Amino acid sequence: MQNVDEFLLHMWQNVAPLVILKSMGGINLSIPKYRDQRAGHSCWARTTSSLFALFARLVPALARADFALNLPTPASGLAQDIYDLHTLILWICFAIVLVVYLPMAIAILKHRKSADHQPAKFHDNLTVEIIWTVIPILILLGMAWPATKLVASMKDTSKSDLTIKVTGYQWKWEYEYLGDDIRFMSNSSTPKEQIDGEQPKGEHYLLEVDRPLVVPAGQKVRLVLTSSDVIHAWWVPAFGVKQDAIPGFIRDTWFKVDQPGTYRGQCAELCGVGHGFMPVVVEVVSPEKFAVWKQEQKALVAAAAANAGKTYQMAELQSLGEKVYTANCAACHQANGVGIPGAFPALSGSKIATGEVAGHIDIILNGKPPTAMAAFGKQLSDLDIAAVVTYERNKWDNKTGDLVQPADVAARRK
Amino acid sequence: MNTTTVNDTAGHHDHDHDHAPAGLMRWLTSTNHKDIGTLYLWFSLFMFFFAGALAMLIRAELFQPGLQYVQPAVFNQLTTMHGLIMIFGAIMPSLVGFANWQVPLMIGAPDMAFPRLNNWSFWLLPAAGTLLIATFFVPGGAISGGWTMYPPLYMQGGIAYDISILAVHILGVSSIMGAINIIVTILNMRAPGMTLMKMPLFVWTWLITAFLLVAVMPVLACAITMLLTDRNFGTHFFDAAGGGDPVMFQHVFWFFGHPEVYIMILPAFGIVSTILPTFARKPLFGYVSMVYAVASIAFLSFIVWAHHMFTTGMPLGGQLFFMYTTMLIAIPTGIKVFNWVATLWRGSISFETPMLFSLAFVILFTIGGFSGLVLALVPVDIQLQDTYYVVAHFHYVLFSGSAMAIMAGVYYWLPKWTGHMYDEKLGKLHFWLTAIAFNITFFPMHFLGLAGMPRRIPDYALQFADFNAIASVGGLLLGASQLLFLYIVVKCARGGAPAGDQPWEGADTLEWTLSSPPPYHSFVTPPLVK
Amino acid sequence: MQTHTNNAYYVPPPSIWPLVGSIALLTLATGFALLLNKTAAGPYVMALGAGILLFMLFGWFGNVISESLAGKYAGQEDASFRWGMMWFIFSEVMFFAGFFGALFYVRNIGVPMLADAQSLWPGFAAAWPTAGPGLKTEIMPVHAWGIPALNTLILLTSGVTLTWAHWGLQKGKQSQLKLGLAMTIALGILFIGLQWYEYVVLDFTLRDGIFGATFFMLTGFHGFHVILGTVMLIVILFRSLAGHFKPERHFAFEAVAWYWHFVDVVWLLLFVFVYIL
Repeated sequence: MQNVDEFLLHMWQNVAPLVILKSMGGINLSIPKYRDQRAGHSCWARTTSSLFALFARLVPALARADFALNLPTPASGLAQDIYDLHTLILWICFAIVLVVYLPMAIAILKHRKSADHQPAKFHDNLTVEIIWTVIPILILLGMAWPATKLVASMKDTSKSDLTIKVTGYQWKWEYEYLGDDIRFMSNSSTPKEQIDGEQPKGEHYLLEVDRPLVVPAGQKVRLVLTSSDVIHAWWVPAFGVKQDAIPGFIRDTWFKVDQPGTYRGQCAELCGVGHGFMPVVVEVVSPEKFAVWKQEQKALVAAAAANAGKTYQMAELQSLGEKVYTANCAACHQANGVGIPGAFPALSGSKIATGEVAGHIDIILNGKPPTAMAAFGKQLSDLDIAAVVTYERNKWDNKTGDLVQPADVAARRK
Repeated sequence: MNTTTVNDTAGHHDHDHDHAPAGLMRWLTSTNHKDIGTLYLWFSLFMFFFAGALAMLIRAELFQPGLQYVQPAVFNQLTTMHGLIMIFGAIMPSLVGFANWQVPLMIGAPDMAFPRLNNWSFWLLPAAGTLLIATFFVPGGAISGGWTMYPPLYMQGGIAYDISILAVHILGVSSIMGAINIIVTILNMRAPGMTLMKMPLFVWTWLITAFLLVAVMPVLACAITMLLTDRNFGTHFFDAAGGGDPVMFQHVFWFFGHPEVYIMILPAFGIVSTILPTFARKPLFGYVSMVYAVASIAFLSFIVWAHHMFTTGMPLGGQLFFMYTTMLIAIPTGIKVFNWVATLWRGSISFETPMLFSLAFVILFTIGGFSGLVLALVPVDIQLQDTYYVVAHFHYVLFSGSAMAIMAGVYYWLPKWTGHMYDEKLGKLHFWLTAIAFNITFFPMHFLGLAGMPRRIPDYALQFADFNAIASVGGLLLGASQLLFLYIVVKCARGGAPAGDQPWEGADTLEWTLSSPPPYHSFVTPPLVK
Repeated sequence: MQTHTNNAYYVPPPSIWPLVGSIALLTLATGFALLLNKTAAGPYVMALGAGILLFMLFGWFGNVISESLAGKYAGQEDASFRWGMMWFIFSEVMFFAGFFGALFYVRNIGVPMLADAQSLWPGFAAAWPTAGPGLKTEIMPVHAWGIPALNTLILLTSGVTLTWAHWGLQKGKQSQLKLGLAMTIALGILFIGLQWYEYVVLDFTLRDGIFGATFFMLTGFHGFHVILGTVMLIVILFRSLAGHFKPERHFAFEAVAWYWHFVDVVWLLLFVFVYIL
């Protein structure tokens, strides 16, 4: 590198493509559709998005989903605003990078000893120092203004159309539609075999649940969050919503999604061994479909109530019990019932799972604080608990032959 | 400090008052700042490799989706202990090792102010390190709730959780004593004529760092004491049923934790601010503003802590306050970066290994600074909190920031410490391997975080697979490259070309007026600084 | 600021005590962890650790005292000790600040927020003292103007007697020094005794919710510091009896006096924020 021109040429040829790649714009951004539905978009947002579109066309090879380089396509207004704010900051950062790295690169290339450059003697310049203190302050003010407005609107949970209570459990979510008698658990539905590599992994590996949260499109949904055990965080990236669920306290947040569809996220706060296996799935449906869905849920609740007094056969309970066990117990006690020595006790051959039935039911109902053994009384129905107790007492080395009915569990509830 | 000259170098080289016992007892009972500094540095290097090995396991497991090598329970132990040991066992002790070696040399003192206490500060580290490593072998394994030890998750573990609290207490005692020692040495033992504003910037950064340590390590002790009593004595500090609040732990912890971040970076600033002028053959630009910038970073570090907690759901006012204060940090940090660039400008730069690491520090730390600015904005932080973006951010400031500055410092002062030159060719190879592997490992993590991959998970959805595979390859390469570092350091300690008193032509601080290695008591007769 | 003398700064010879101290803390911590997890060996290992720690303290302070008497700390070293003690007390200030911070947090933020979460804790109202919404305990707080007020008076008086002893030392009146120290120690022991009595008659424990937790953590750590300070004063009394202190040089005395005044100030804050408010 002999002179500045050559250096600039070098930058253009070798560094510029990197910057383009870094700007991530193009790629997966594909100009979020949501933008079109909102009026009054600021000028810079439009400019940057068209720039991104340009990049997207320039580097089509990179536009693969697997190499997603930016925030996911926003599905809510908040997520769109976050997206735009992030883009703004990113461009500012690139500008500053140029200001900082360019002189540095020139110094490295030109002012080197091997080029026999004689060192200057200066070590102070008040004017320059004041300039590079004041300009960053102005830039920061420019960043703080949109951020402040956005924080305020994110915190504004008033005037919601619907309130859903979200409760975190180790390691699943419970959704309760306040005002409607609908309450259910949402468990990960990725089979253990896929995790262990015994089956090919499905398209939504680790991001699929047995019963998703269902919400109406175009309505402001307020979530109130809490937890029954440790801190969890409910997060759907496309909504721009992440909120910790804190045991004993209530926090709230909100989202409004116009486009029906399935949106996926995960627990974002380390919550124990099952933390990586605690997905969030939200189905956004039209208000009409939502009304139908609510009716179906209420019918299910009624049907379950009608079955309360029923007695079950061994095979029925065992097969239901295995499902309950896999969803709720296997993360700690393991599928083969041997637990993890020192951390989670074995159930196979354990005193509780082979001793008195009442004690077995009690520990499942009430848990064992302060250990990770949670109280499942509020999470599982009498039938589920009866099934899982029956399953545990007849599986592995446990050959008690005991058959536990929902009524037995109901009797132990206080 | 740029005009520091020494007119009294006579009489430093007599060794007749040398009382060091030989063999093992020299190290066990030492009251010599250089021996103790060496102990700190070796200890931190060992811990660096130990915690690094944990990271290799993490990256191996994350090479592809699914569970391959470790179960989630073990994975969580790996991430937790990797963080805890890197912070308390590798980065902090190595910086204290630098302080031990360099502060007396750079201010013209015979030793540290409290030489015996100094030795205790060090020997508490192996005690705490033993306890921490031992937890891998107790029933239930090591702690697995993250190095931040958040309750109520922290309530759920076995004996390892109590052992780790006590080990961190011991580390805290060590840090506080070490920090007091450094403060007193700097305030009380400077050579005549060395006013505060003539001190080398490295000494300044350590003075302020030591102040931070004394101020916040007791607060950490307070937080983990409450954890201990909640676990064992039935208190309800963090239990809502008893009127406590789990989030309170986070407030107390991060009141310690954010200054802690600067404790790990400020001395690194000091090292880089020493090396850049040497190899640019030009005085540090803006010395005074550098000092004020470090001081204001330290001050701000006390009022930004809750930016680690934006997703806990603070009131609007709280979120805005902590967003604004956090953004303010960009100003003094920016001043430092601008000053470094101005130091290079119109210099006469040469590219020995310490300089390469320092230049990489300026470039890569700046990237970490930018991602920090992105994370300072509450709305964006809410999207990125607890994702791999955060992992990328703090590795850019802690690895390419602190750790690479530490490596720069090791190469820079090894000739002084050992009397031998290190192998320059291997050093440069180590630099390039480290810099390239580091970026392969951590740059893709920005993308993973943006795309929505949470941190601290042992398994991930399929759309994250490609970048994880790249990061794992980079990570294993990064780990392997550090073996070269070990080799170079050992080789240099055992022999090599004599370094002479002054191997770097641009260096002007006091340590270069002494022999290499320096005499047993560094400055018996204090030099006179004009 | 620099008190440079012609004598070289005293660098002590190699010493075994730091290593002994580390072994002591390692043993102590191991024993404590075993004790907490109900392992039979726990108390014995802990006792061993405490024993080694005491051994180390005797040995180390013994060294320091004999070096001091040999005149090794005459110059710049004295300033080092002063700086060192001040920064140590600063670290203690931050330790208490952490617990006070916790107290302010729960009173002003935590408990009101719990009262807002009516769907989780129906009927819970923010008040202080409280044992929290999930425990059924009624807390009867300590009446500030009983024993606590008396204890405040005792500690304030002990500050005065200690200063009086210091004046005696400075004027070379050894008997005033010894009498003042003895009175300070007596007041310290009286304080501890009264605090102990208060703990015994209280009808709540540290298990009784956040009030019990903050109350016992703050007063407990303060009481522990008073005990430590009293032990230090006793050591100083013995050293006074042995004639260790000179009117112009008596840093050990001053260090303990600073510590005692620090403990005093912490109590005043406790009295206001834990007992009165």
